[in-house]
Amino acid sequence: MLGKLTFSAIPLDVPILVGTFIGVAVVGAAVLGLVTYYGKWGYLWREWLTSVDHKRLGVMYIILALVMLFRGFADAVMMRTQLALAYNGNPGYLPPHHYDQVFSAHGTIMIFFMAMAFMTGLFNIVVPLQIGARDVAFPFLNSLSFWMTTISAVLINVSLFIGEFAQCGWLAYPPISELKFSPGVGIDYYIWAVQLSGVGTLLTGVNFFTTIIKMRAPGMDLMHMPIFTWTALCASVLIMAAFPVLTVTLGCLSMDRYFGMHFFTNEAGGSVMLYLNMIWCWGHPEVYILVLPAFGVFSEVTSTFSGKPLFGYATMVYATLSITVLSFIVWVHHFFTMGAGPNVNAFFGIMTMIIAVPTGVKIFNWLFTMYKGRIEFHSTMYWTIGFMITFSIGGMTGVMMAMPAADWVLHNSLFLIAHFHNVIIGGVYFGYVAGMNFWFPKVFGFKLNEAWGKRAFYCWFVGFYLAFVPLYIAGFEGMTRRLNHYDNPDWHVQMLIAEVGVLTIACGVVCQLVQIYVSIRDRNLPQNIDYTGDPWNGRTLEWSISSPPPAYNFAVLPDIHGIDSFHTEKEMGRGTHKPLTDIHMPRNTAAGFFVGAFSFVLGFAAVWHIWWMAALGLIGVLLTVILRSNDNDIDYYVPVSEVTRDVEAQSRKLMAQAAE
Amino acid sequence: MSHASSSAGHDVHGESHGSFGSYLVGFVISVVLTAAAFAAVMMHAMSPGVTIGVISALAVVQIFVHVIYFLHMNGSSAQAWNRICFFFAVGCCLIIVFGVLFVMHDTSMNMMSR
Repeated sequence: MLGKLTFSAIPLDVPILVGTFIGVAVVGAAVLGLVTYYGKWGYLWREWLTSVDHKRLGVMYIILALVMLFRGFADAVMMRTQLALAYNGNPGYLPPHHYDQVFSAHGTIMIFFMAMAFMTGLFNIVVPLQIGARDVAFPFLNSLSFWMTTISAVLINVSLFIGEFAQCGWLAYPPISELKFSPGVGIDYYIWAVQLSGVGTLLTGVNFFTTIIKMRAPGMDLMHMPIFTWTALCASVLIMAAFPVLTVTLGCLSMDRYFGMHFFTNEAGGSVMLYLNMIWCWGHPEVYILVLPAFGVFSEVTSTFSGKPLFGYATMVYATLSITVLSFIVWVHHFFTMGAGPNVNAFFGIMTMIIAVPTGVKIFNWLFTMYKGRIEFHSTMYWTIGFMITFSIGGMTGVMMAMPAADWVLHNSLFLIAHFHNVIIGGVYFGYVAGMNFWFPKVFGFKLNEAWGKRAFYCWFVGFYLAFVPLYIAGFEGMTRRLNHYDNPDWHVQMLIAEVGVLTIACGVVCQLVQIYVSIRDRNLPQNIDYTGDPWNGRTLEWSISSPPPAYNFAVLPDIHGIDSFHTEKEMGRGTHKPLTDIHMPRNTAAGFFVGAFSFVLGFAAVWHIWWMAALGLIGVLLTVILRSNDNDIDYYVPVSEVTRDVEAQSRKLMAQAAE
Repeated sequence: MSHASSSAGHDVHGESHGSFGSYLVGFVISVVLTAAAFAAVMMHAMSPGVTIGVISALAVVQIFVHVIYFLHMNGSSAQAWNRICFFFAVGCCLIIVFGVLFVMHDTSMNMMSR
């Protein structure tokens, strides 16, 4: 009846998990209780959970990302603490079975549910506003993408309390991920969570590609688009090209596990090496899917807070495009030690080094944008400058490892771990946090607290170096990744310093939470409210409308005459005189929520081989999709009277502000 | 094309919708090609190498049938973006397929497993 699910699957014998469960239950009950107490369920359901408004979906994505950051970061602290303790005979406090789940979950959650969700959140909030669109091309698919991502995040966290998670790293390499060596449900949780969220990611890619190609404001050529939109376009292209490869690869792995096939098994003609190739054909573009939008954020931030147009707009675009293409022909650098000959390794090594060229172009573009600019040292600029230093170091260690000969020494050592955290924290995470600080007032109408933002930056920046420079050194000293315990005294010193580092980063995370709390508390102070909709003297279209924007974003669609058109118009004091009209908008729908909920049932049931429940989930998904397809009441018009009222309210606010 | 209309998902510009007849033609050709592939394998008439070649060729032909009859790709100028996307996708597939073949072949030679 319940497949492999029995009462013994609940890990009551692991005190850490029981404690975590109690914590989650208490916090969850408190949140649900507060919503009930204030009677906000109807509001939450109508205005948020069923919303197809890209701004609200963006906010929900970022909340999801921050929650997942918390989970993934807790894993990180646990790992560092284990390695600080488990030295010279001391087994530490995490037995291997648990420790292996922790490092697998850390990687999976940070990439798929923290970074990807954060990125998609920024896309949602920013891209339609930057191109002068009233929503994305497919608003319902947008809501569906969000729910697929969210239920997958829930599924992966359910594995904490029911059953177990994968124990073979974030990419589930066979043969250890095959049924023979991992008979438990951990890998199945991994497969289903990643596959279901992959549906959401792929739809996001299609959605934003179409939006950017088809829905730009009149007059906005491709070469007039803001750089963030360019990077979103390139990341969407990469998503569309790379994620199907991931789906097929994990699909083959699940057929091995569920139907006894032999794609990647040791016996019967399976090829483990084929898995390496396929997973990294997705995996390498994935790195650029994450980092390109971060580059976009830095471009916007640098030019805004230097008070100058971006230096070398065209080279920035071409650098982004060449990274997009090059990212498809470097995947072998993740496994130079697999056994390919010098021809293959030399080719992929050289291609990898070539990527450093367009990336270097970008760094110089940002530097020259700052050069002789009137730089305002806003916290987003702190993150940007911190990024330039940190990412350059990460890039250089990356080029080091692009040399196959050096990689043979460093492969799977902590040097590698330090390298990719160097580019992912220093590049991706710094970028997304800068983006959150930058666009927060646009979404909520008030600014984030500066002092706490800078404190968060300093803790993250210093903490990063304390946590990862020791790993570089330990890697050189021969320490490999994913060790549970060790007895080399040289490594122990490094692990202790890294522990201090991770605790410093923890202070940074706390500062970020305090920053959000303080900002909400002080939101009505005059210095925090954004009356004008343009708090930073911005350059791109999103700053031309009120903060927060109305649901339809633009009362009239702007006409674009060049790069940073809004800034040019502002300098020249020109306004628009186009007449207001009724605005055609998509209606909210619960279909995305229900497809997500049924997919969760499907995923959970498939993990535990509860086939009747899986069938129920699948039928639910199909029925919801059919019902949604037959629903013709999917749009409405915002009457011109309402648009006029909004416009007048905004101009009254502007005049009141000017009068003060 | 107004932006509001495309935001509600009603935008039909740049697409051509097939007729019942064209879908039927596509379906019949697909079924014939699939049956031919199965026949090529099940009749054991050719050597394994030739059989792989034949079913690969049938698969490629079938891809084009799907693209033309079901995805409505054609040479009209309204479809410029669709064509660019298609050729980009084909390019990516070629890179991945031939890249992996290159890597795996080289590995086999280097490790003397063949």
